[in-house]
Amino acid sequence: MSMLSAVADREITFAQAVREALAEEMRRDPTVFILGEDVAEAGTPFKVLSGLVEEFGPERVTDTPISEAGFTGIAVGAAMTGLRPVVDIMFGDFLPLAMDQIVNQAAKVHYMSGGKLRAPMVVRTNLGATRRSAAQHSQSLHALLSHIPGLKVVLPSTPYDAKGLLKTAIRDENPVVFFEDKLMFQLKGPVPEGEYTIPFGVADVKRQGTDITLVATSSMVQVALDAARILEKDGISAEVIDPRTTVPLDARTIVESAKKTGRAIVVDEGHERYGVTAEIASVIAEGAFYHLDAPVRRMGAMNVPVPFSPALEDLTVPTGERVAATARALCGRT
Amino acid sequence: MRRTAPRTETQQADTLQGVAREQWLQMYEQMIRIRVFEEQVNELYRSAKMPGLAHLYSGQEASAVGICQALRPDDYITSTHRGHGHCLAKGARVDLMFAELLGKTPGYCRGKGGSMHIADPEAGNLGANAIVGGGAGIATGAALSAKRRGSGQVSVCFFGEGALGQGVLYEVMNMAALWTLPVIYVCENNLYNEYTHYSEVTAGELRARPAAFGIRCAEVDGQDVRAVYATTRRVVEQVRGGEGPAFLISNTYRFFGHHVGDVNRAYYRSKDEEQEWKGQRDPLAIMAGWLTGDGIADVGTLEEIERRARAEVASGVEFALAAPYPDPGEVDQHVYA
Repeated sequence: MSMLSAVADREITFAQAVREALAEEMRRDPTVFILGEDVAEAGTPFKVLSGLVEEFGPERVTDTPISEAGFTGIAVGAAMTGLRPVVDIMFGDFLPLAMDQIVNQAAKVHYMSGGKLRAPMVVRTNLGATRRSAAQHSQSLHALLSHIPGLKVVLPSTPYDAKGLLKTAIRDENPVVFFEDKLMFQLKGPVPEGEYTIPFGVADVKRQGTDITLVATSSMVQVALDAARILEKDGISAEVIDPRTTVPLDARTIVESAKKTGRAIVVDEGHERYGVTAEIASVIAEGAFYHLDAPVRRMGAMNVPVPFSPALEDLTVPTGERVAATARALCGRT
Repeated sequence: MRRTAPRTETQQADTLQGVAREQWLQMYEQMIRIRVFEEQVNELYRSAKMPGLAHLYSGQEASAVGICQALRPDDYITSTHRGHGHCLAKGARVDLMFAELLGKTPGYCRGKGGSMHIADPEAGNLGANAIVGGGAGIATGAALSAKRRGSGQVSVCFFGEGALGQGVLYEVMNMAALWTLPVIYVCENNLYNEYTHYSEVTAGELRARPAAFGIRCAEVDGQDVRAVYATTRRVVEQVRGGEGPAFLISNTYRFFGHHVGDVNRAYYRSKDEEQEWKGQRDPLAIMAGWLTGDGIADVGTLEEIERRARAEVASGVEFALAAPYPDPGEVDQHVYA
């Protein structure tokens, strides 16, 4: 468990943590600015950015037209020439509109130029279903971005992690895609007043355990913790590992935990096939094979577009109950 | 529409009044350097010494040279897959260009970019781009950055008329106009989107596109370096002066195919058409004609310039052929900064 978060004497929401990180970095570095749809007075539909335009002005908190490709491309050019843009993609589902700018331009410019150019920018966006928003406002597309060399991908799951990781993202010299879980914006958690950053590629053990490892990302961390509480009642001790960044990935912490417990489930809200769960499961299989007592299991979102009807939507995403049931089966306790 | 730049002969003459003989000769040298450079690219490709693709700029030299000559060394450009001319005109070195084209270590991108990705930030070149219209966002972002930093730089986005089919271009033009950014969108219309005449795939008028955003537009004979230079100087002055973005249409022609392997072209354009452009609209011949005709240079001077360019290119090729390939250990370097 992160020591700082344990001793923090105040609690703020995930949205406040994101806002604090941005404000602190913008005060620290005048080249940091925000670009996106309805980021200024509106403060985004989720009100994550409320108040920033009042402090920093429209020059640094700039409303754009509804042109994801255009303003992301502009951010790439600005990043290549001395600024540090933080782009706001209102819904993760709109990332595909900006994919050429992220995948073909930002991710490759450093490599293609033999190290001469760089694009230090952050793309802030979100993920997560069960908001009854249907197939084009509910996706979790972080696996698509994690596939691309040159990008770093961040998936905070607590207010504490969100603040520390976003500050690191803004200071990074590379394009970073930062996914926030829409359902988590009002989640409260301990965040210290003082300055801190969290390095990329360092997983956080959200709960210690001995019988099974639950590797969970972003929105699924709470699900895994729910599962662990359920399992505890059955006498099964689950360890919950949050990688916090899929790129770079802290393979070592994940593998070590799987070696210790001998069983692992990977839980992530992206679609299950070809996804983050598949990647991490193979990391565990390669690294801990001789220590495993059961096959590694993957639990992602169903391989269907996210349906609107609550009766259907709730079936598509892993829940604490379902993760616990899978864990019991792996432990031979059905 | 704010204003259309007038294109009177008198205005051009006024702009060109102060241009020194040396500057014209320098432009001639740059143009012939590009021409001879690409002759060698063609040779290297045909003799299988050059891997990959090569999209030749030959025939369009006056456009790159006339425009880049009107820029400051620290002004930005973005270039295209047909970018050798832009890169050289903005100040790239022949030998390091060849090294990059051959995938060698001393190349501009340490051999990791190749012909379509030459980047030379020290000369303001933010990179050639192999996605059609791929430089639009970058050039506009560089203009945003220049404006916020108060650097006085302008940004030139080179693209072919094929990029008029890409939506992102219009997205960034909209923002450039809204935010009065110092960016010049240069549409080099060489008539062909790869293997298709642009008129088959381009509705409406080219000029109507910038007009829709209130971006002023100038159109120029891209085969005449005087016209390109004079117009660009005027446009750059306005853009640098804070009047917002501009759009420049440079009408030109690509002497070769879409790429060097595109040899049999009769199905999309006639030999007669090519001969007409090469015979009557060659930017080098046009420039040589008025340089000698106006008594700015004699034939001997121009021949000497050509000899110099050929020697530079020959030694550049020699340098690149002898240069080492990257060490295997470089393959995973520069993925992250």
